[in-house]
Amino acid sequence: MLELNYDGIVIGAGPAGIAAAIRAKELGLKVVLIENRDLLGGIPLQCVHPGFGLHYFREDLTGTEFIYRLFDKMDKVGVEYLLKSHVHSIEFIAHNEKIVNVITPKGVLSLKAKTLIYTAGARERHMFEINIAGDRPAGIYTAGEAQILMDMYGIIPGKEIVIVGSGDIGLIMARRFALEGAKVKAVIELMYYPGGLIRNVVQCLQDYNIPLYLSHAVTRVVGKKRVEKVVVAKVDEKLRPIKETEFEIPCDTVVLAAGLIPNLDMLEKIGLLADPYTRGPIVNEFLETNIPGVFVAGNALVINDLVDYVVEQGELAAEGARYFLENDGIPTMDWKPVVKGRNIRFVVPHYVSGRRDVTFYARVQYPEKNVIVTIPEVGWRMKMFNVRPAEMVRVKLSKRLLDGASSAEKISIEVAPSE
Amino acid sequence: MNEEDLICIICPTSCTLRVCKELSGSLRVEGALCPKGVEYAIREVNDPRRVVISVVKVVGGDLPTVSVKTSKPVPKKCIPEIMKATASIELKAPVEIGQVVIRDICGVDVIATRRVKKVNSIYLFKL
Repeated sequence: MLELNYDGIVIGAGPAGIAAAIRAKELGLKVVLIENRDLLGGIPLQCVHPGFGLHYFREDLTGTEFIYRLFDKMDKVGVEYLLKSHVHSIEFIAHNEKIVNVITPKGVLSLKAKTLIYTAGARERHMFEINIAGDRPAGIYTAGEAQILMDMYGIIPGKEIVIVGSGDIGLIMARRFALEGAKVKAVIELMYYPGGLIRNVVQCLQDYNIPLYLSHAVTRVVGKKRVEKVVVAKVDEKLRPIKETEFEIPCDTVVLAAGLIPNLDMLEKIGLLADPYTRGPIVNEFLETNIPGVFVAGNALVINDLVDYVVEQGELAAEGARYFLENDGIPTMDWKPVVKGRNIRFVVPHYVSGRRDVTFYARVQYPEKNVIVTIPEVGWRMKMFNVRPAEMVRVKLSKRLLDGASSAEKISIEVAPSE
Repeated sequence: MNEEDLICIICPTSCTLRVCKELSGSLRVEGALCPKGVEYAIREVNDPRRVVISVVKVVGGDLPTVSVKTSKPVPKKCIPEIMKATASIELKAPVEIGQVVIRDICGVDVIATRRVKKVNSIYLFKL
C-alpha cells in the first residue's frame, strides 16, 4: 500500500523534478515524484544534441546522456516515483497541508504533503498565439513534437520544411532536418535578432546554408489536406506585416518554434500569483510562491536556456522545502523586492531576505554591446561585451555582499552602457 | 588576399572574427578578444570539425531508436558519410550508453547516447 503522507511531493519528473527529488531525499525528506508520462526524464530525453551539463557535470553531454546521469543518481539515492500518474487537482488545506489528487494506473489517490515542489515544465506556443491565419491542414508541428517524432521514434515529419521562430529548439531542429535529408527552406523570425544562442545560429543554420529571415512573419498557411505553402511578409517596426512585401514559400511542413510558456494552470486554480514577464510564479529566494510551502523550479518557474540552471533550481527548491519543514513555514522576513532597472525584461527571484547567498536569473529586453550589468545596492558590477535576450544573465551574490545592503529597501539590477 | 568573416562559438561573447590569408599563406585573425578565438578561427578555416549526432534504428527495445554521437568532432566533409552509415544499420536491444555502434569511421567511433531496454515482443514498437 502506498503511503499517503509525505514531507514533499514533486510534480513532474523532468530534470528539475528529478534534481529536486534527489536533493530532498538526500536531506532526509520523505518525498515522492509524480510523472504523467510512462517514462522519466522529460525533455532532455528527446535532445540528442550536445551542449548539456557544461556547468553541472563540467562535461559536454547530449541531453540524453545528461538525463541518464541523473537517473543513475536517482537510483543510488532511491527516490520513490509514480509513472503514468496524472495530477488531477491540488487542494490547499493549510500552510503545512496540501492534498494532491492523482489518477494512477492503480486508481485515484489523494496524497497529503506539507510541501509541494512543482516542476511541470512549460508548453510550446502554438500557431494561434503567434497570429498565423489560414488553413489547418496536416503538416503543422511544434518543434518539440517534431523532435519527439524524429529523435525518439525515428520518423521524419516532412520533406520541405519552414521553421517559424528562431528559438534554440527551432535552430536545433533545422540542423536535425538538414542532417536527415529534409530540405529546410527557411527559418522565419519576427524580431530583428535571432531568438536562440548565436552558437546555434552558426552551427545549425550557417553550416547547412539555411536562410534566416529576420523581421519577417508567416502570415498564412495554405494547403488542403497537407501544407502546400506559407505566405511570408516583412514586418514594420511595430511588428505588423507589410502587405506589399508578401511572398510565398512552397513547403509540406511547418514547424513552430515560437517560444515556451510555463505550465501553471494547476497552481493558478489555488491562487498562485504570476509574473507577467516570466509567465511563471512570483517567488522568494527559496523559490517559494505566494502559496506557503509551494515551490516551483525549472521551466515552470522561468524559461531557462541551460539544463544546468534547471537542475540548480530544483535543488534549491528542495532545500527551501527542508527549511520550510524545519521552521513550520518559511519565517517572516524583511523581504526586499528585486527591482528591474534599465534593459532588464525580468529577474527571478522577486524577493530576497539578504540573509543568504542568492542566484538571480535575468534576461535583457534587447541586444546591447559593451555594457555593465550592475546591482548598485551591493556595489556589484560585471562588464559584458554582449547581452542578448536569448542568453540568460545569471548572477550569484554571496550573503557577505548582501550584508552591505542590509539597510536598502530594494535590490535592483540594471544594464548600463559602458563608458 | 582572401578574407572570411566568422562568428566565434567558443563562448557567449560571440566575437566577430575576420580571417585574412596573407600572400605568404599564413593566416591573420582580427577581432578576437582572447587567444581561443584565434585558435577557433584558424581551425574553422583550415579544418572545420563538428560532433555529428543522429539516431539509429533499434529492434526489440522500449524505443524504436537510439540516439548516437561521434566520439570526437569530425571534419565537416565527413558528415554525409557518417549520416549514411547511421541510416543503414539496425541494432538489437538492449543498447547501453557509451556502446560503440559503428567502429572507426572517419577516424572516430559512433557511440550510443541513450539506453534502450529489451522488451517482450507484445509491447514491441513497430516502425
